Amino acid sequence: MIFILMTMVFAIVRILPGDPVLLHFEKRENPAAMEAMRRRLGLDKPLWAQYFDYIGGLFRGDLGKSMKDYTPVSEHIFSAFPATLELAIFSIVIAVLIGIFLGVEASKAYNRPLDHLLRIFGIVTYAIPVFFLGMIFLMIFAVMLHWLPAGGRIYPTIEPVGLIVPLSQPQGGFYTHLLFSAIAGVIPFAVCLVYFKAKEKRMTRKRIATSFVLFVVIWMLWTIIGWHYMSIGAIRIQTGMYTIDSLLEGSIFKLVQSLRYLLLPALTLGIVLSGVFLRLTRSNMFETLRLDFVTAARARGLKESTVTYTYALRNAFLPVLTMMGLQFAALLGGAVLTETTFSWPGLGRYLVERISFRDYTAIQGAVVLFGVFVSIVSLVVDLLYAYLDPRIRL
Amino acid sequence: MNKQVTKKSMLSRFIPFIGSLAKRGIAGWLVIVGAVLVAGIVFMTTFSAYLTPHNPSAIHPENILLPPSAQFPLGTNDLGQDMLSRVIAGGSTMLQVAVLSVFICVVLGVPMGLFASYVGGVADRLFCLVMDSAYAFPGLVLAIAISAMLGTGVVNMALSIGVVYVPSYFRVIRSQVLSIKEMVYVEAAKTAGAKRRTILFKYILPNVVPSIVVVATVNFADAILTAAGLTFVGLGVSIDIPDWGWDLTNGRRLLLSGNWWVITFPGIMIILLALGFTFMGEGLSEILNPRLEQ
Repeated sequence: MIFILMTMVFAIVRILPGDPVLLHFEKRENPAAMEAMRRRLGLDKPLWAQYFDYIGGLFRGDLGKSMKDYTPVSEHIFSAFPATLELAIFSIVIAVLIGIFLGVEASKAYNRPLDHLLRIFGIVTYAIPVFFLGMIFLMIFAVMLHWLPAGGRIYPTIEPVGLIVPLSQPQGGFYTHLLFSAIAGVIPFAVCLVYFKAKEKRMTRKRIATSFVLFVVIWMLWTIIGWHYMSIGAIRIQTGMYTIDSLLEGSIFKLVQSLRYLLLPALTLGIVLSGVFLRLTRSNMFETLRLDFVTAARARGLKESTVTYTYALRNAFLPVLTMMGLQFAALLGGAVLTETTFSWPGLGRYLVERISFRDYTAIQGAVVLFGVFVSIVSLVVDLLYAYLDPRIRL
Repeated sequence: MNKQVTKKSMLSRFIPFIGSLAKRGIAGWLVIVGAVLVAGIVFMTTFSAYLTPHNPSAIHPENILLPPSAQFPLGTNDLGQDMLSRVIAGGSTMLQVAVLSVFICVVLGVPMGLFASYVGGVADRLFCLVMDSAYAFPGLVLAIAISAMLGTGVVNMALSIGVVYVPSYFRVIRSQVLSIKEMVYVEAAKTAGAKRRTILFKYILPNVVPSIVVVATVNFADAILTAAGLTFVGLGVSIDIPDWGWDLTNGRRLLLSGNWWVITFPGIMIILLALGFTFMGEGLSEILNPRLEQ
């Protein structure tokens, strides 16, 4: 599916009219220089050759060179991606929380004024342009009340650096390291054996082989990763997501700062998306609340909140999860606009910036990464679904 | 003879519900409110030449960024243009783009859905594969990519929006046809020796029309929001024509210095227009197609 998408994106970007070469020249008065530029950008080759170059590069994680400033596109994109990921995660969590809470309230008040009010709220969130809501929030909270910053991710000098643990230089060379790493492998091996024993399963040859493979894999991974970090001299974990990085760094101040910057964009996107979850939760909860097991739980004298939130919601949550996967595409579309509104330096803003330069490779790269992102999320949702719904087995 | 029967059955489905909309409770009222909103905005935009107190495009350096007052009830923007006049006249681009893009969607999506589902086999699977991958993709991102390549203008904007929403029509049509195809009366027509074309257009299509209407109405709202989004990222039409999307984009810069009136009113207009279509779609889908709600 990703492959089809890539082909579609390539076709859209290359076949439709528009020439990036023209951007580098004020007027079309120097055909020779233009031809040279075209060759430098690889645009002189036939279309199919460009296509295979591109696909081949993708497998190597190479998204080509920017047609504007000749820097590798993947570098820009991967540094912009964590910002978008962070925004996406926070806003979908906000959307689901708001949606489920209001949806449960609406289903309890079925066909009463509160229900209709919430239904109108759902429709309005559907009809409001996400950037308009963002600007309203900006106006109220940043310009009028000065509570929150008006844009950006954090102020420039305090970007969180993530976790840094200094390590001593490796002593005794690679083979000693290899030997000691075996200890790391033995532990899961032992756990594995004990687990099988405790479950009173027979020690078949297959099970022992599985445990052994686990042992070897962990041993090797530990060796390679450990060696890598020891030769650098420090373990450095940086996700690029500022909230997580500040937590890793242990700086509450930076965490609060990054949350302050994140709050408005995430809230904007979250509210716009919450309408879908509201309506879904409402219709599902309405049905679930009338099932026998809910009545039984009530009859046993459980608190009403326990009945709705632990018993009924668990059942009504599965469609919400499916919807989360489906809404992710809409969320990324909204993220493009939200990022532009709040000057959030993510993938969407990069895409919008590069559009005006007709930077083909950059646009392609960003769009492809959006596609990969959506596909991965739908895969994760499918796996989660199988985990939550015991009727589905992988 | 045959033609008259289908026509009559179509009419007999539509006339009663228009008459009894108000009796249908909330769903009916949603349709009425939505239709009134949309009709009002269309009316306002069409006759904007007679309704605007000032010329919406004229630049007046002496009236820059005036807050709402008696002379300019909604204030002026940084070019000294009267916001009230721009609000009244600003819907034309968006309405044109929406109508055109929904038209493109219907023209492309419906035949594709009919064809793929009725023929089945490899063609169906191929169509589905392409449509599903396009459907899973962030619509706005795709529209931005296409629109960036096509360039600006009403037709190009409508094309890029239309192409993005074709898969949603395709899917609805396809699933509907697949279930209708198995019904007994289609079987009977086949046995009676009706041509494939006759079955497809006279027996199946009329039953799909309600779903098309519902999808198209909801799609209007989507198209309007996407058009606004495209304008916001700088892919709108030329700035000579007053446009709510452009006013919003322009107002973003002015917002930080506290000029709230430049964005507020065009934004409200976009919401009202999209709300009108959403209300209509919501109500219609409940009335025409109770199964779709579930």
